[in-house]
Amino acid sequence: MSSYIVRRLIMMIPVVILISIIVFFIIQLPPGDFISGYAAKMTTSGEVMDEAALKLLRESYGLDQAWYVQYGKWIWGMISKGDFGYSLNYNRPVSSIIGQYMSLTLVVSIISMLFTYAVSIPIGIFSAVRQYSIADYIFTAFGFIGMATPNFLMAIILMYLSYVYVGDPMLGLFSPEFIDAAWTYAKFVDFFKHMIIPVIVIGLGSTAELIRVMRAQMLDEMDKPYMLTARSKGLSERRIIMKYPVRAAINPIVSTLGWSLTAVFTGSTITAIVLNLPLQGPVMYRALLSQDMYLAGTWLLFMAVCIVLGTLISDILLVWLDPRIRMRKGM
Amino acid sequence: MKAETATAKQSQDLLQVEELNIHFPTDHGMLKAVNGVSFNVYRGKTLGIVGESGCGKSITGKAIIGIQPKTSAISGSIKLGDVDLVKLKRNGREIRAIRGSKIAMIFQEPMAAFSPLYTIGNQIMESILLHRTKNKKEAAMLTVDILQRVGISNPEKRFHQYPHEFSGGMMQRAMIAMALSCEPELLIADEPTTALDVTIQAQVLDLMKQLQREFGMAIVFITHDLGIVAEMCDEVAVMYLGKIVEQATVREIYKNPKHPYTRGLLRSIPTIGSRKERLESIEGTVPIPINMPPMCGFFDRCQDRIPGVCDKREVPETQLSDNHRVSCFLYADTDNETEILS
Repeated sequence: MSSYIVRRLIMMIPVVILISIIVFFIIQLPPGDFISGYAAKMTTSGEVMDEAALKLLRESYGLDQAWYVQYGKWIWGMISKGDFGYSLNYNRPVSSIIGQYMSLTLVVSIISMLFTYAVSIPIGIFSAVRQYSIADYIFTAFGFIGMATPNFLMAIILMYLSYVYVGDPMLGLFSPEFIDAAWTYAKFVDFFKHMIIPVIVIGLGSTAELIRVMRAQMLDEMDKPYMLTARSKGLSERRIIMKYPVRAAINPIVSTLGWSLTAVFTGSTITAIVLNLPLQGPVMYRALLSQDMYLAGTWLLFMAVCIVLGTLISDILLVWLDPRIRMRKGM
Repeated sequence: MKAETATAKQSQDLLQVEELNIHFPTDHGMLKAVNGVSFNVYRGKTLGIVGESGCGKSITGKAIIGIQPKTSAISGSIKLGDVDLVKLKRNGREIRAIRGSKIAMIFQEPMAAFSPLYTIGNQIMESILLHRTKNKKEAAMLTVDILQRVGISNPEKRFHQYPHEFSGGMMQRAMIAMALSCEPELLIADEPTTALDVTIQAQVLDLMKQLQREFGMAIVFITHDLGIVAEMCDEVAVMYLGKIVEQATVREIYKNPKHPYTRGLLRSIPTIGSRKERLESIEGTVPIPINMPPMCGFFDRCQDRIPGVCDKREVPETQLSDNHRVSCFLYADTDNETEILS
C-alpha cells in the first residue's frame, strides 16, 4: 500500500509540470498583456503613456521575453526560492495574496463539502429505500429546484430573508468589528453565523446532484442478487441496507471526491462576489481579467495540484473501500 | 383437490403449501405468476420443481421465505408446522427468525449472490451470529468448520478471502456452506447448478446429496433440468404457467408421464444412440398469464388438445394414484366432460 502511494506521488510530478506549462501558455494566449491593459486603464483616466514608457515597464517586468523564458523564470523562482512571482495587480508577491485568501477559502470549501455529503447521502439513501413515496417526490422536487436555481439568485434570496428576519444580510464572512480582530469565541460565533448562507448557496447545487447520484446508485445496488441472499439469512432490512448497498453506492461518490473539492473552489466565485466573501474566487477572476499572469498562473497551478492530489486521495480511499481494486493493483 | 397424502406420511410433513397465489398488478391486468399451487415437502426428502423460464417456480421458492418482490400480492398458505408463513409480516421479526435458521436458500448465480465488498467468512458468519451464537470467535470457528464440511480446502485462509478470489464452483460451495451454517430443516435450492459447468455441476450435486444425508434436511430443488431432477429428487412437481400440471414420484414421472407438457419435456432430453437428427422441442411460446380466460394454459402448444373442451374451462386436477396427480382434461372424470359437452 505505501509503495503504491509513493509510486503515485512520483507519477504526479510530470503531470503537474505538464499542467503548469499548459496553464502558463494559455494565460499568455490572449492578445496584449498586463501592461497594455494597464495602459488602457490609464488612458481612460486621462493619462497618456507613450510607447517608450510602456517598453520600459515591459522590460522591467520581463514581459518582453518569449513565454517559455518567462515560464522558466517563474518555475525556477518557485523551485529555488519558493517565490511564486509578483502580482502586478496587487503590487505584492503572489505568495502573500495566496496566504491571505487560502485558509478561509479552504475552510469555506471544506465545510461546504461536508455539508453537501452530510445532507445528500442520507437523503439519497432514504429516497432510494422509500422509492416513489411522498417524501421521495418532495426531495426529488427540492433537488431539481436546487439544481436549477442559479447560485447568485439563491444568495440574494437568502440575504434578503436573513435581512428581513434577522436584521442582517450577513454579507462577508465577518461582521465589520471582527474583521481585523484576533480569534475569540465571539469572533468564531460571528464567523459561524456568516458561514450559513455561503455554505448553503455553494453546497446546494452539488447537494442536489449528489442526492440523485446516491439515489440512483442505491436503486442499482438494491436490485442486486446479494440483497436476496442477505434477506434469506434473516437480517433486518435496516442492517442489510447499511451493510451492503450503502457501502457499494458510496464508491462512485468517493471517486469524485478529488475534483469536487476543486469544483467547490471555482464554483463559489460568483457566490463569493455576490456575498462579498474574502475568498479566492473573486481574486482569481480579477487576475484573469487584467492578465495578472503570475497570480492567475499560481492559482491555476494550485488548483491543478489540488485535483491531482484529490484524485490520489479518492483512489486511496477506493482501494481501501473496494477489495476488488486492491486485488487488481496487486496489494 | 390438493395433494392428499397417506396418513403415514403426514407425520413427516415439514412444509405444506396450499392454494398459493402470487399476483402482480400491472397496467394491463393482474399477472398471475403463481396461480393456485399446492404441494407438501417431507422431512429429509427432496421435491423438485421443474418448468421453463417464467413458469413461476423460482418465485414460489422465494415466497416460502417471504422474499418475493414487494410489488406482488400473495395469498394462500405456506405452513411450517403450525405457522402460516404467508400471514407473517413481510421482513418482520418472526419470518426473519425462520429465514436462515429453519429454512435457508441458495441461489443461481453464486458470484452475484455474495457482496464483492466483504470476505466470504464475514458473509457466512453473519447467519451464525444471527441465529446460533453472539460470540464472534465461536461463530468464526463454526464458519471455518462448515467451509471444511462443504469441501473447501484451507478454510482458515479462505475465510479471509473475497468472492473474486473464488472460482464459480468454490463460490457455490461457499453459498451452500452459508445456507447450511445454521442447520436448516429445509433448503430451497433455486437452480443452484445452472451457472456452473458440467463437471462442477456434478460435484456440487454430489455434495448436496451427501450433506442432505448428514444434516437430514429437506430440499426443494428448483430447476429446468430434468436430468438433475432424476439424480436429486424423490418427487417432482412440473410447473407450467403458474400451476403445477403434474406431480409424482421421480420414477413415476419418468416411467409414466401423463401430462402432454411433461411428455414434451421428457422428449426434449437428448439421449445417446437415438437416431433422430433434431432434438424435439415443444412448439410455440408460453402465453403471458394476464387476463387468461378459463382454459388450459398449454392449449395452444398441446399435441393432444381437445378443442371445445380444453379451451372452455379451468382444468380440474385428477388424482391418478397415491403419489401421482395431473391437471389435464385427458384424465378428467367423465362426469365433468359430459357436463361441458352438454
